[in-house]
Amino acid sequence: MSEPVAQGSLRRNLTVMLLLGAVGLALLVYFIVQSVAREIAQESQDNVLAASAISILDSARVVEGEITIDFPYASLSMLDTVTNERVFYAIRRDGRFLTGYEDLPLPTEPATAATQFASDTFLGEPIRIATARRGLSSDAGASTLEVSVAQTLSGMTQTLARISRISMFVGGGFFLLAALLAVLISRATIRPLDRLAASVARRGPKDLRPVAAPIPMEMVPLVRSLNNFMSRLQRSLSRSEEFIAEAAHRVRTPLAIVRTKAEITLRRVEKQENREAIRDMIRAIDESSRTAGQLLDHAMVTFRADHLLDEDVDLAALTQDTIESLRPVSELKEMEITAEIRGTPHLRGDAILLQNALRNVLDNAIKYTPAGSTLSVTLHETDDQAVVTVQDNGPGFPKDDIDGLRYRFARGGNAAGTIGSGLGLTIVEDVVTAHGGRLTLSNTEGSGACVTISLPS
Amino acid sequence: MRFLLIEDNSELAEAVVDRLTLDGHVVDHAPTLAVAADFASVTSYDLILLDIMLPDGDGRSFLKRQRNHKDGTPVIVLTARSEVSDRVGMLDSGADDFMVKPIDFAELEARCRAVLRRRGGKSTNRITLGDLTFDSLSGTLHTPQGEAQLRPRELRLFEILVNAPGQIFSKGALVDRLFSYDEEVSENAIEVYIGRLRRHLVSSRAEIVTVRGLGYKLDAQ
Repeated sequence: MSEPVAQGSLRRNLTVMLLLGAVGLALLVYFIVQSVAREIAQESQDNVLAASAISILDSARVVEGEITIDFPYASLSMLDTVTNERVFYAIRRDGRFLTGYEDLPLPTEPATAATQFASDTFLGEPIRIATARRGLSSDAGASTLEVSVAQTLSGMTQTLARISRISMFVGGGFFLLAALLAVLISRATIRPLDRLAASVARRGPKDLRPVAAPIPMEMVPLVRSLNNFMSRLQRSLSRSEEFIAEAAHRVRTPLAIVRTKAEITLRRVEKQENREAIRDMIRAIDESSRTAGQLLDHAMVTFRADHLLDEDVDLAALTQDTIESLRPVSELKEMEITAEIRGTPHLRGDAILLQNALRNVLDNAIKYTPAGSTLSVTLHETDDQAVVTVQDNGPGFPKDDIDGLRYRFARGGNAAGTIGSGLGLTIVEDVVTAHGGRLTLSNTEGSGACVTISLPS
Repeated sequence: MRFLLIEDNSELAEAVVDRLTLDGHVVDHAPTLAVAADFASVTSYDLILLDIMLPDGDGRSFLKRQRNHKDGTPVIVLTARSEVSDRVGMLDSGADDFMVKPIDFAELEARCRAVLRRRGGKSTNRITLGDLTFDSLSGTLHTPQGEAQLRPRELRLFEILVNAPGQIFSKGALVDRLFSYDEEVSENAIEVYIGRLRRHLVSSRAEIVTVRGLGYKLDAQ
């Protein structure tokens, strides 16, 4: 079976995309918080500057054509914050400098009634200037008093740095929260897919029922095609099984009729050459029915090995049962089968296949060993293996080509005259290999064939 | 023995009935499960031979019904289907043994014997002839000298002879019934087993007589 090619990961893609989104949102949050906070800080500074300028204007009076300003203490002290900002002011009448810092920059925009604000530099330091105007009327006529109040920005810079830090924390916190959510969301989104994969993977090779568990809408087409595919597989599997069973029936029934009639005829016939002919017929029938049987068995074994069951198999009970089922056959040849079973090895696999394999081995041994001999079957456990050996005291395997016997239709050079299909050991080999085990054929010192089957337990 | 054969193929059924009758058995033939149920309800059989695919149902359902009705008659399933898939399921559903067609009748006989032995056979398997008592299931032979345990081939040979005392059996006929068809044996191979049986019968008045040119017979006197 070929491994599917994995390209990219849904979970990773989803997580990455959600994380990228989280980064964008966190940056956005950072900039918004910073700009709003900056605006608010600016506004409150502007308000203080404006209030200061207006309170100076308020205290201005025209006495006999001269302007008197009774500098209110609060007007500048409200600017004197903890950060020891430097405060500047300039008072002008109709654009003419009266008092304060003469060099304090004038508002660049044209004069308006409302208080004007501007950022500038003064004496090498960034400042914020608020400029307020008011019309004064006196005997000398109307004039405009213009008050500019400015403040250095070192406090403001610190405030802004703090705001920056805070918005960074807010953005960072937001990112962490969003990242956590991203991971949780991607996990939750993938979960139904994982569940489906697990439920399909858990199934045995013969479990081809449609997937019935509820699934999200988006997965319906996938699961529908999966179910569809499984039902097609189910149909084709049961068709093969039925075909094999039906073929067996069709072949064996007429053979059974012919064989039975031949036996009856043999009983009634006296003449020696006729009896020989009938015996030959029966032998030929046995040969063909055995070959047909093993061909079908081989088909069934190949079929089942492709969809190997994964059941618990009690090898001791299976071995015992197989021996018992063949005892009547061995007794016909006055053969003894001894069984020595040590331990209770269990393994995972298909009991029917294993029994078939063991029966083939024993069947072979019974067939190829002379009447009156003994078969000994042993079963024992090693650390990770169950080992079955079948030892006879017959002529043994042909010495030149022991391993060739396991191939299809190969028969030993000494098998002439014995009914066989040459498929028995192939079936055994296929079953053993399907279970991850090993089949060993050998001759024991002196005489006798020994078949060893090792299966991982 | 009395058999009930449940088999829908009439030609095969006829041949099997003939073949078993040759060995001195009594066989009723039921072509369907319904007929089989009728037979089984009125007659007590030693053994039921059951085909699996029948026109009115699966042989396994008959088996299940029999077992549910506490009918313990031993059942040997004869199937033409693949042996791989059936054997385990067959024994699970209550069959005593299982054979794949075509049936080797010597093997069938051996399997019947094994099944009946397992089930604890009835006294009908005991034959008394003169001073001999023979249990064909366990293979024990009581003679004035004592009890002897016959080996499988001795047992089958003696069973053939004791079931028809006085009848002459040719060597060829005996070879057919004692050896499987794929064993190359000469007719003289039978002499070994005749010799062994004669040793068991030394103390008895019964003896195996050689009829020159014809074969052997058991003379009970």
